[in-house]
Formats: sequence, structure tokens, C-alpha cells
Amino acid sequence: MANLTAPKMITSMLSKISPRRGVEGLFIIVGLVIVLTFIFMAIFAPVLAPYDPNKTRVGGLYESPNSKFPMGTDRLGRDILSRIIWGSRTVLIVTFLSMALSSACGVTLGLISGYVGGKFDTALSLFMDSLYAFPGLILAIALAVMLGQGIMPVTVSLTVVYVPIYFRMIRGEVLSMKESLFVEAAKAIGAKGRTLIFKYIFPNVIPSIPIVLSLNAADAVLTLAALSFLGLGLPAHIPDWGFDLRMGYGALTAKIWWPGTFPGLMIVLLTLGFSLFGEGLAEILNPKLSGR
Amino acid sequence: MISDLLRIEGLRVYYYTRDGVVMAVDNVDLFMKKGETIGLVGESGSGKSTLGRAILRLVPPPGRIISGKIVFDGLNLTELSEEEMRKIRGKRISMVFQDPMTSLDPLMKIGDHIVETIMAHETLTREEAEEKAIKLLEQVGIRSERFMDYPHQFSGGMRQRVGIALALALNPDLVIADEPTSSLDVIVQFQILDLMKELKNLYGMGMILITHDISIIPGIADKVALMYAGQLVEFADAKSFFNEPLHPYGKALLESIPNIQHSDQKLKYIPGNPPDLINPPKGCRFSPRCPYATEKCREEEPPTIMVGHHRLVKCFQY
Repeated sequence: MANLTAPKMITSMLSKISPRRGVEGLFIIVGLVIVLTFIFMAIFAPVLAPYDPNKTRVGGLYESPNSKFPMGTDRLGRDILSRIIWGSRTVLIVTFLSMALSSACGVTLGLISGYVGGKFDTALSLFMDSLYAFPGLILAIALAVMLGQGIMPVTVSLTVVYVPIYFRMIRGEVLSMKESLFVEAAKAIGAKGRTLIFKYIFPNVIPSIPIVLSLNAADAVLTLAALSFLGLGLPAHIPDWGFDLRMGYGALTAKIWWPGTFPGLMIVLLTLGFSLFGEGLAEILNPKLSGR
Repeated sequence: MISDLLRIEGLRVYYYTRDGVVMAVDNVDLFMKKGETIGLVGESGSGKSTLGRAILRLVPPPGRIISGKIVFDGLNLTELSEEEMRKIRGKRISMVFQDPMTSLDPLMKIGDHIVETIMAHETLTREEAEEKAIKLLEQVGIRSERFMDYPHQFSGGMRQRVGIALALALNPDLVIADEPTSSLDVIVQFQILDLMKELKNLYGMGMILITHDISIIPGIADKVALMYAGQLVEFADAKSFFNEPLHPYGKALLESIPNIQHSDQKLKYIPGNPPDLINPPKGCRFSPRCPYATEKCREEEPPTIMVGHHRLVKCFQY
């Protein structure tokens, strides 16, 4: 693995993704198709959505799925399909943003902490471990309560939840990488600390990031849905699956199944997409797992 | 004495392990002139690599330089700050590592290794550094079109050539070669040694060649420093050492080189094991294995004696 160069890695990955690879290859393809479909939906939401997602009474209240409203309407007469399409945009923005932020912070801190070592490393590791000790959802709820509603506050609370994961993984790799001969050799030629971290060590830890990234994305979708379900996530004017699930769930007892089922299904699908992609990637990139 | 390139005085490097203090380098004195090659010979665990690393102040933890001076061109390296030391590494003292398979970054192109080395010390543009790197690679026998290749695309011998190019990149005054040929097969070994000899003559730098293989010393080293159990037991010019080693350990070592012209001879070896460096034997450390050892050897540590012209030996016999 460590001997593969970046371009080679991609070509060898692509060659492995062919259906001949069996289950893992299928995992990746199915996961990728699901995720890409949602991304497509999110990007082209204004074109795809038949109605304004926030406009009430575009149809009757609680209209069951029909040709005009394929997924029916909710208690305010809003088109559920349009809300789902716009909702995908919300979910993906929050997920990708928090993934980008948490991996950037976690990886950088992990690199520095692992390399510097000593008291700084001990202190930072203790802090990260104490964050990690909380169940992700509980921590996210606490932070969301503190930070309030809105895209940014939710993104930040998800970010904080995931930073320790990257930190711990990267720090561990740096610790073992630090002992390797090529790092020592780089020291012996007088490379500066910064050069050592970012030019010698960093490229060697990159391969372990994508798997965690996609598995975290799946978790982030669920956590965001949970936050919105509890009413801690986003303000009412932003269409969001978790919030819609909550609203639809109330109607279930009246045998009105569509307002809750469709957003819930979307949450499951997107989570499945990210998980399949991540698992498939892990199987292919980690030789210890393949052949299991 | 001022003209010495490197002068080591009373150097002690200890490893603080859980089992006790390992005295890997114990009171070693060594000096070398500019442009000289010293063959630092000893068996595994005799402290030769630790000594080499101590010169660059790269002793891995839990090892520490306890006492002694390492004076390089008038600078006491043990007193420099980490940043001052970094400026010396690679630029004035560089190192060739034993295992070329792992001493290169697997994700860094061969050319970038050399460019990074140059740019760590000199303010050149990338183009200038690349030009210099290509010249260096050609000097060690690697064609310029391989500049963009990764280490895994090279054989062991080729990688060691890269390692040498790296060590020479900034024209240092001293190169420490830590078993540069030990992981290579015999033919490649001699190619690499020839290359090193050739480049040494070209650049005129001093070299400390660390090896456990005493047979590669004669062609390349001016002097031999023989280490045993963390101590320097003999220091002599290569010619007189191979003609007549003074220390009993040196004698035994030379006798144990197999000789194909006397194939009927039984292979000689040194009985016993190298001593434990946590609890070294009392007196002379070689005394338990020495055929000439007397009661005095087992009780007192022998002094380092000057024999003839600039020849040092740590033995009571002289």
C-alpha cells in the first residue's frame, strides 16, 4: 500500500472496481450511484423540484401520492417531493462541509501533535480522547443546544464530533511513521520540521483518510437527521429530512404514512450509499480485510 | 590538532532502557583529518552505529549523549542548538544509510528527494535545484530520465546510489556511511564501494565507513577504528592494522576471515559471546574471550596506549 504512488493508486483502484471484483466492487458502485444521484439532485434542485418547497397549500392538506404530487403533500399542503429534493441540498451541504472541516482540523492537529510529541501531544490527546468518549449524538445535541439553529451551528457541532476520529487515526500513523528510516534519513539531510511533516509524513498518511471520510459521512447524515428530528438542527424555512420525518411521524397514527416514510427512506438511502461506498473502499484499500 | 576535521573526546552515549542503562558508546576518543576515510569496524551491538549517529546528534531515544565532546571543524556539536545542528546535517555532515529500501520516502520521487535536500539548505529556485539534482544523479550513474521515478521502481543498488547522491548533494566535509553495502549482494557491494571511493576522491570529503565486514576496509579506508563492546580498542592506519593488528580482538577478527587458498584450514572464530552492555565484564571487556588474558586484565581496565606512530591500542600487552 505504502509503495503505491498516487496516480498508480487511482488506476489500480479503478481496475479493482470492475464488477469482476465481486461484492466489494459492487458495494462501491452501488454506493457511488446512490451518492451521486443525491448530489445531482442537490445541485439541480431548482430545476428538478416541481414546486417551491416552502410554499404551503400547493395542493390539499395531506394529499396521498398521486400523479400531481408523486409523494403526496404534508400537513401544510406542501409538496413532499420538492421538499425532499431541496432537503438533499441541505443534508449534503452540512455533511460535506463538516467532513471537510473536521478532516482538515483533525488531520492537521494529528500530524503536528504526533510529530511534536511531549507535553503538547499528551495534552491534546487527552482533550481529543475526552471528546471522543462522548457518544457522538449526545455531544452533537449538547453543542447544537449551545450554538443554536442554522446551517453553520449544526455544521460546527458535527465537525467537533468528528475531529477526534481523524486526530486519533493520523496521530497514531505519524507516531509509527516517525520511527521509519526515511524520516530519520530526511532528518539526517537537515530537513526542517515543517518539511518533514508536510512533505515526507503527510503524503504517507493520506491513503487512510478516504475510508474514514465516507464512513463518517454516513454517520453525519444520521446525526444531522437526529438533530433536526429533535428540533435542534435547522430553522423551519430550510427544508430538511429529519425535520420532515418528525412532522410526518405525528401523522402516522392517523394512517397517513407518506409524509414520514419518504424523508425517512431518503435518510436511510443516503446513509446506505455512503456506508456501502466506504465499506467497499475499505475492503479494496486494506489488504488485511480482503479475502475475508 | 587544530587541523583535525573531527575530534571526539571521551564520548559516552547511553540508552536508558527498562532493563537498565546500556553503555553503547563508552568513553571513546577518535580524531580524523580532512579528507580521511576511517573504517569503523565492530560486531553487531559494539556501538559503532550509535557512534555514527551521535556525530549527527541523531541517537534515537531512549539514547542520550551523556558526556564528551564532538568537535567538528572547531565547533563542539554537543553544545549546538537543535536549529544550528539542523543546518549542519546534510550540509556539512551527511549520512548514507544501511537500508536503501526503507531510507527513501516511498511516496516521493527520486529527484524530489535530492531537490528537497538542496532546498533545505540553499536558497535556489526549484529549476536550479533540479538542474543540480540531475547532475548529481548522473554522477552516481542514474540516467536523468529516471528523475521522476519513485523509489519502488529502483533496485537496491540503484537506491543506494540515490542515497549516496543525497549524501553528497551539498558537498559536505564529512559523510558517515552506516553499513552502506550490508544489504546489497556482493557484486553490487563492490560497485557501490568503488563509486564511493571515486566520489570521495572527486569531492575530497572525509568519510566514516561503519561496517561489520572487515574485508571491505582495505581498499577504501585510510585508518581503521576497531570497536568492541562500546569502546575503541584499536585505532591505526589501515596498512599497519592489516599487517599486524595489535589488539587481541583485532588479531582474532583477521584470523576469522575465511581464506580460500587454505581450504583445508578449519574456519576460525572467536569463542564466547559479545558482552552484555548493561553489565559489562570487569576489567578489559574482551578479557573473557581473550586467549592472552591475565588476572590483571580481568580486574583493571586497560589504558589506551600510543604505540609507534599514531597508533592507539587499549590493551595491557603494550
